[in-house]
Order: sequence, then C-alpha cells, then structure tokens
Amino acid sequence: MSIVYRKSKGLTDAEMHYCPGCTHGVAHKLVAEALEELGLVGSAVGVAPVGCSVFAYNYFACDMHEAAHGRAPAVATGIKRVHPDLAVFTYQGDGDLAAIGTAEIVHAAMRGEKITTVFINNAIYGMTGGQMAPTTLVGQKATTAPFGRQKDHYGSPIRMAELLSTIDGCVYAERVTVVDVPNILKAKKAIKKAFQLQMAGAGFTFVEVLSTCPTNWGLTPLEAIGWLKANMIPYFPLGVYADRSEAK
Amino acid sequence: MAKELWKGNEAVAEAAIRAGCRYFFGYPITPQNEIPEYLSRHLPEHGGCFVQAESEIAAINMVYGAAGSGARVMTSSSSPGISLKQEGVTYIACAELPAVIVNMMRGGPGLGNIAPSQADYYQATRGGGNGDYRTVVLAPATIQEAADFTQEAFDIADYYRTPVVVLADGMIGQMMEAIEWRKPKERALPPKDWATDGTRGKRPHNIINSLYIDAKDCAVQNRKLQEKYDRITENEVRYEEFMAQDAEILFVAYGTTARIARAAVLKLRKDGVKAGLFRPVTLWPFPEKALRECAAHENVAAVIDVELSMGQMIDDVKIALAGAKPVRFVGMGGGAIPAPQELVDEAYKALGRCGK
Repeated sequence: MSIVYRKSKGLTDAEMHYCPGCTHGVAHKLVAEALEELGLVGSAVGVAPVGCSVFAYNYFACDMHEAAHGRAPAVATGIKRVHPDLAVFTYQGDGDLAAIGTAEIVHAAMRGEKITTVFINNAIYGMTGGQMAPTTLVGQKATTAPFGRQKDHYGSPIRMAELLSTIDGCVYAERVTVVDVPNILKAKKAIKKAFQLQMAGAGFTFVEVLSTCPTNWGLTPLEAIGWLKANMIPYFPLGVYADRSEAK
Repeated sequence: MAKELWKGNEAVAEAAIRAGCRYFFGYPITPQNEIPEYLSRHLPEHGGCFVQAESEIAAINMVYGAAGSGARVMTSSSSPGISLKQEGVTYIACAELPAVIVNMMRGGPGLGNIAPSQADYYQATRGGGNGDYRTVVLAPATIQEAADFTQEAFDIADYYRTPVVVLADGMIGQMMEAIEWRKPKERALPPKDWATDGTRGKRPHNIINSLYIDAKDCAVQNRKLQEKYDRITENEVRYEEFMAQDAEILFVAYGTTARIARAAVLKLRKDGVKAGLFRPVTLWPFPEKALRECAAHENVAAVIDVELSMGQMIDDVKIALAGAKPVRFVGMGGGAIPAPQELVDEAYKALGRCGK
C-alpha cells in the first residue's frame, strides 16, 4: 500500500482550535509543507502573533516564539540577527500586522530583514469577536462598525502587499488566497518561493493570504468563500506585487 | 590594572561587550545616546550586531526575540523611552528570559527634560508593565559601579532567567570618572536549553511564550515567578552603609543623590553632628531588613530620605521602618538637584537645632 497523503512533518499532532470553515488550517498546512519540502523544519523559528493564530506555536513543529500584538517582525528581527542561518517567519493577522504592528512590518521590510511574513487577511478581528480591521471593506459590518465601515469616518481599507511592494528591502510580495484548489497550489508556490528567497539571503519576503472568517462574517463556510471571491478579491487583487529576486 | 577615564554611558556600553553581550537593539534618546553610538561602532568588531530600531517598542521586542533565541542582549533608553519598553519587559519577565535594560533617567513626567532624575523608581521597582512581576534593579552611584553592575547584570539575568535593569541617571551617564576594569564573581550559569535556536531534528520544539489561557496554568506561572522573586530577595540584596553605626541622623539615598548625601554627612560630621548614610544598591530587591536594623539603633533620631523625585523610594523606606523612626524627605522633581547644604539644613531641623 502506498501513502498518497500524510500530514506535514512541519505540523505537530496538537488539535487545532480554529472554527469550521476558517482557512487558517490550510495556511498552516502550506507553511508546514514548504518548510518540510525545503528541509527547514529543524532549522526554522516561527513567530506567532496575537489574534486567532496566537496558538500557532502549538501547531508548528519547529521552534516557536509568541510575540506581543503587532511585534512579530521585531521579535523575528531579534532571532534572525542572532541566528542568520535559521529560517525565521512571522505568521500574522490583519489587526496584528496592518493596525498595531504597522511600524514593525514596514521597518522590517525597509531593513530588508531576511525573514518571511505570512499575512492572513480576513478583513476582521477574529479572536476578539469581529471588530473592524484596517482591512475591513467599506460597507462591511463589524461589531465596532455596526452600520458598516463608513469611508468618511475610517477611510478605505489598507492594501499591505501593495504598500510593502514599494519598499526596496521587500524582495518578494504576493497576494494569494486559499479558498479553492488552484489557488491553494498557487499559495503554496508563493510561500515556498518566499522561504527560498529568504534562505538565499535576498531580503524581506511577504505573502498575503486572503482568508475567510465565517464565524465573524456571520456566514456559512461555503457562503464565506463566495463572499471572499465576490468582495475581497476585487478590492485586494491577487498577484505578485514585488519580485526583486534575481530569479525574476 | 591601571585606571582609565571613562564616560558613564560609554563605560556601560563597553561593560556590556566585556560581559559577552553581542546584540543591542535601541532607539536614540538623550541622555543615553553614547551607549547605542558606542555599540554601533564596536559590536561589529566583536562579531556582534547593532540595530537601531524604529521605536523603543520595536527595540525591546527585538531584545525579546534575541533573548529567546539564546543570546546575551541589551537595550538602553531614558525615561520616556523606558515607558514604551514596558510592553516588552513584562513579556520577557513572564517568558522568563534573560535581558539587560539600562535606564539613564531624565526629568519627567511626560517629555520632561534631559536633566538627571530619579523619578522612575516606582516604574523600575514595581514592575512597570502589566501583571505581577519584578525586575532586578541595580543602582550605580559611580562610573566604576556602572561598569561593574552592567557586567554582572548579564550574569544575574542568565542565572535567574529574568530581566535586569541598570537604573542610573543622566548625571552618571554623562559624567567621566577613573575606573578599573574588573570581572564580576563567577556564577554557575544554567544552560540555555530552552532557546529557540532550531530543533535540528534532535529535540521537541521549544516555545517561548507568555500566554497561559487557562487561569489555573496562569496561576501556576505566577506562583513560579513569585518563588523566583523570593529567591532573588533572599540572595541578591545589596546596600552600603557610610558612617551609619553611630549616626543620629541617617540619610537614605541611592545613585547620584547618595553622593550628595555623602557630602552632607561629611559636612555635618565636621560640625559635630553624627550623620550617616544608608545606600540601597539593589532597589529591587530593596534592602528592607538591613535598613530596619540600621535605623533601629537607639542613637538614630531621624531618617532623611533623599531623592531626585517628589518622593518614591520613601515608600519603601517607610515600609522598612514600619513607623519605628520619623522619616523626613528632601527631594526635587523635574531634573533639579539639591545642594548638600539643603540636606544639612534638613538634618538640623530634624534634630530641632540651629545649624552653624
């Protein structure tokens, strides 16, 4: 009997706490598979954020460091500067990365920190219960925007892949999604490329993953996928925004 | 070894290198800029790395990462910058990581000014950030002590897996004095087998963390921290007594103010008044028992607490004395410094006599 599928060795056996239909599980799997395929599980350190993926430190089999809200890129900087040979990555949500941690991510990119950031954009604060994020779409309802995000009050959502792509130190920035198989394969390729560029010493690498949050969007998992495709992808277009690697 | 003339901030920076610190993350703020400046130049010579961060918050979180991955690491700042660092300090304390944080205090509150001050005593000795934790606080009064304590701070941090604060002020940072380079007494330091330096496939993954989502687990961690703080209190209390044995007036002061108090003691002694000084060297753990015993002598008529603040350490002095002796206060906030004569005048007031 041949094995056709098995769980990545980049993941532990811990049972994940994510809600049904949440795409964190898929994103975790892709990061773990990329690490395993590149032979990096034993020489990687992941930095977990504050938010739904705060317990990522229990799920990844590599060494893990839990950070304060938004500070993962700073923590990763400290680790990478001490251990330049290690694969260091941050795994962050949109409240963490695009609100409280905006300075840390922009400056990690500016310094060209040789780390990889996987950015989960689900347009909402998940763990705290559905508050408005910097990525919440105009008109989208949130517990702190009960009538929908008003543009004249909060402006328009921030596009992080585009923003970071303007920074020279960011050698790779791509936006992907994981809501269907073709896109999952593309996302895997992007994450793997980001780690490869990091290990080649190219600079800061960034993969934004458009993700679903059925619980806080008030939708079924299937409806959430449809909502993401209909509303998020038009505002946050998929694609490569920066590729300053030589392999371009 | 021959004595060398060193500026306080540069002595602290050099001491860190001599202690084996190879990583420094900081952000510019006066009056401590010579520390990052010195290290930006000299850490690379020792195979180390200096990074000027985008903020004090980022700097302390870089320290958190570097400490978690097993490095000897330091940051430095001054009062308003230290306020920003408190987020990282409480994470470092809870995650039980060794790190050294230098605070060259300046006038406050708010932006205050850049003059020497001791108004961060509460912040340094009560934890500073959220939750139940303490940091060891070493308070040098000379450049020699600044060099000595900075080196030893790394050993204390590694020994107990806890952040250690070197708390001085702009006066110590900017002043030059002759010092001698010497090593702290050796401690048997535990291996850093908890560090996130890659499993290499040879061990289960290490996790650096300060999250205990189950209240029972968080209570256990708090208990564990408290037991560590009890051990530190048992073993690390330091203080100095100067002419305190027969004193009728006992000054209590640390750091720069201890030098002013020392001058006042000598002046009073010259005038025939038996004055003495009790100088806490560790502000946390505070030398509570030693101060109580020192002030218990029947000849002590009054205790005078002296600070470059509106009165913060005085709380610990009162706790130590538990009402046994009257406690008076001389101090000023906002970066102003009292002259020895003001201390002398207060001593005469305490004794109900007229000074010469």
